[in-house]
Amino acid sequence: MKKYVIIGNGTAAVGCIEGIRGVDQEGGITVISGENHHVYSRPLISYYLEGKTDPDKMKYRGDGFYIENGCKVLYGKTAKSIDTDKKTVVLDDGEEIKYDELCVAAGSRPFVPPFEGLDAVSNKFSFMTLDDALSLEKALTEESRVLIVGAGLIGLKCAEGIRDKVKEITVCDLAGRVLSSILDDVCAASVQKHLEDNGLKFLLSDSVIKFDKNTAYMKSGKTVDFDILVLAVGVRANSEIVKEAGGEVNRGIIINTKMQTSLPHVYAAGDCAEGYDASVGTNRVLAILPNAYMQGHAAGVNMACGEAVFDNAIPMNSIGFFGLHIMSAGSYGGDMKEVKTEDSVKRFFTDGGVLKGFMLIGETERAGIYTSLIREKTPLESIDFDLAEKIASNLIFSQNVRRKRFGGVV
Amino acid sequence: MKRVYVNEEWCLGCHLCEYNCAFANSGMKDMAAALKDKKIFPRIHVEGEDKITFAVSCRHCEDPVCVKSCIAGAISKQDGVVRIDRSKCVGCLTCILVCPYGALALGANGTMQKCELCLQNSCGEPACVKGCPNKAIVYEERSETE
Repeated sequence: MKKYVIIGNGTAAVGCIEGIRGVDQEGGITVISGENHHVYSRPLISYYLEGKTDPDKMKYRGDGFYIENGCKVLYGKTAKSIDTDKKTVVLDDGEEIKYDELCVAAGSRPFVPPFEGLDAVSNKFSFMTLDDALSLEKALTEESRVLIVGAGLIGLKCAEGIRDKVKEITVCDLAGRVLSSILDDVCAASVQKHLEDNGLKFLLSDSVIKFDKNTAYMKSGKTVDFDILVLAVGVRANSEIVKEAGGEVNRGIIINTKMQTSLPHVYAAGDCAEGYDASVGTNRVLAILPNAYMQGHAAGVNMACGEAVFDNAIPMNSIGFFGLHIMSAGSYGGDMKEVKTEDSVKRFFTDGGVLKGFMLIGETERAGIYTSLIREKTPLESIDFDLAEKIASNLIFSQNVRRKRFGGVV
Repeated sequence: MKRVYVNEEWCLGCHLCEYNCAFANSGMKDMAAALKDKKIFPRIHVEGEDKITFAVSCRHCEDPVCVKSCIAGAISKQDGVVRIDRSKCVGCLTCILVCPYGALALGANGTMQKCELCLQNSCGEPACVKGCPNKAIVYEERSETE
């Protein structure tokens, strides 16, 4: 009977567990969970603050999940090192856990730049974990002035989640636009306007030089007085444990399309891993939830001696702010075509006769049809792409293709 | 397993399936009371124009990408049926971003809804199939070669 060990207890770990159990129902699985929580959905913490969910509903899998899957969970324990010769993981309390196959699904942690005066700021928070959200919630009052450093996905979701609980929110970012990792200038500007219409203030192309207790001094010369500081600058992969064991690490733990690291019997998945990104043809950290699950699942299958390859990961995001939905996928090189209406913008990026990427703002119905065009590298000449630009519809395919897609035998 | 299939040559584009779907999932006994003068949120929708029309609903995929992608863990596969726990859904629309068939849509309360084959509602069998006047929508087992 195999011994499986998973470092981490998030989405990638669940994928790994379910991947293992699809092949091997016997082997023991030990899950090392730094957080003292049943597995929950991290991206839901802003929805929690908004009152749209609660810690019970946030559970990513039901209460019986670990028991049903024969998992032993070590809560509140951190893996300190991996000994690939002895095939053990050493925990922070010195305990050694033996493995036959190991998956590192250790996630990421907030990146906090060394701001001058940060230590003297009393109400400062990161926004990644449920505990972060719970402690931020306790500190918020109707009179709170909140400064959020970082206008990316995490910072802006945090802003949305707390807007109705506080007096004012200012978001600053070094980048000149919001959501700079997923939107271009034009799309970002329309989203920014929507966010401003909903009460957020922005200081873009600007950064904090220093903090003096409850005041931030900006590079532009402006000052921001705040009661609560949220740091959402970015994240770093928790990859050190593999690096120290001699494994290859770049911005994340380098894995192949079977989720194997360079160390024997050691796999990695999720935000700590740098896997193949089919949209650019090289390895990249794709810190998005679907990717974490799919990498974890593929790792689990392979750990249990099944055969799984995950080689069509692409960046993609679906995110909403105050009722405005935004979707993006793929890469943004090549030719761009824009379709604009009064309350929507769609931008399509094509290269070499295939769709490479898109940004959709305000009109997102059936967008998965576009995503599948990217993933399957569908030749645009084989579909009605003029129609596709106007509307995501299965009508863009030929009748034969449609029959095949929908399982028709007529 | 039995799935809902559409023979598009026979689809009249009448949209009755959408109304039957909305009614079957309304929890109400009277169709007029359930649907009259209301915006409906069916779990099957008719696409197409003029000569070509066809209804689209969840394919209940062998390897459903929506289940793997749902950020809330709200979508699961149970006995072959892809189901959604709407109490867990936060309406992020990631499932819309990944479903290659465009089979999911928002419901009235801002959470996602999808075809669950009417197995849990008062109809007990797919209402779209039952009510299709031209038998364009069928509920049957087919060996799919993908």
